[in-house]
Amino acid sequence: MIKRLAGPVLLLLSVSALADAPADFTARYAAQAGVAASTLSPARGEAFYRLERAHPAGAKRSCAGCHSVDPRQAGRTRVGKRIEPLAPVVNGARFTDAAKVEKWFRRNCMDVLQRECSAQEKGDFVAWLSQLK
Amino acid sequence: MNYFIRGVAVVATVGAMSLLAFSLPSGGEARGDGGGHDLMPRQTNTNWQQECGSCHLAYPPSLLPKASWRRVMADLDAHFGENASLEPATQADIQRFLEIHAADSGNSRMGDRVMRRAAPAAAPLRITETRWFVREHHEVSRATWSRKSIGSAANCAACHRQAERGVFEEDTVKIPR
Repeated sequence: MIKRLAGPVLLLLSVSALADAPADFTARYAAQAGVAASTLSPARGEAFYRLERAHPAGAKRSCAGCHSVDPRQAGRTRVGKRIEPLAPVVNGARFTDAAKVEKWFRRNCMDVLQRECSAQEKGDFVAWLSQLK
Repeated sequence: MNYFIRGVAVVATVGAMSLLAFSLPSGGEARGDGGGHDLMPRQTNTNWQQECGSCHLAYPPSLLPKASWRRVMADLDAHFGENASLEPATQADIQRFLEIHAADSGNSRMGDRVMRRAAPAAAPLRITETRWFVREHHEVSRATWSRKSIGSAANCAACHRQAERGVFEEDTVKIPR
């Protein structure tokens, strides 16, 4: 019986070991920013998400502009393609893949802010999204 | 109990299989033209689908010549006003796929149609700038393109409801209000 279980259980463990959870990201960004994870601010994260910033192309840009004012809703890219909701409460795939998360922070921060986001900004942002109910 | 073990085994197997599928290198093989009425080659590439297809339809490579794709891929940091930068390995894989199946690669009827109308040595950056596109869409008014439900001519799937599957035939077109 133990033998029959061992293979699948080991596989399951290795599968779950590869996936991250939102808490892993807040912990990582807090460490990078040199602050305690408990000091990350969901309120700052929300303000960051909604803030409209001037953009050299003309119209102002914000995270909410594409991802929708409510991150529990689907958004739309500038071309009109659906963006799956950002909030982990409705989209369990969010903040589970570090490469993907880093890629989209890099691209979207450059788009919206014309610079990379700081670890503090990313930490506050994930802290806000992951506590949405 | 037996069911539980079986359930665990199934979950583990499916998980392992999907992991394998995602870690396999993406192929660049064309499966040839869809044949019959479907002129769009049904080729695919995982990176192309995921990276290009997350912001807009993963545009079929046969709609632009190689020189166009090279221009597009050389400027991903400022991709039509967006940052679409990629890891070098991913970028190289996508570029190879695009060039293999480009309009002038000679292996699709769709590409032949696009090239027949192209000015010699033209390397347009946008599919909508090709003579083929302009001609095929001449009946669509500017007001229609700018409808909120469409957004822009870059949003193929707004009207070509089966575009994700490579189907662009006229009888599958439904222009949203």
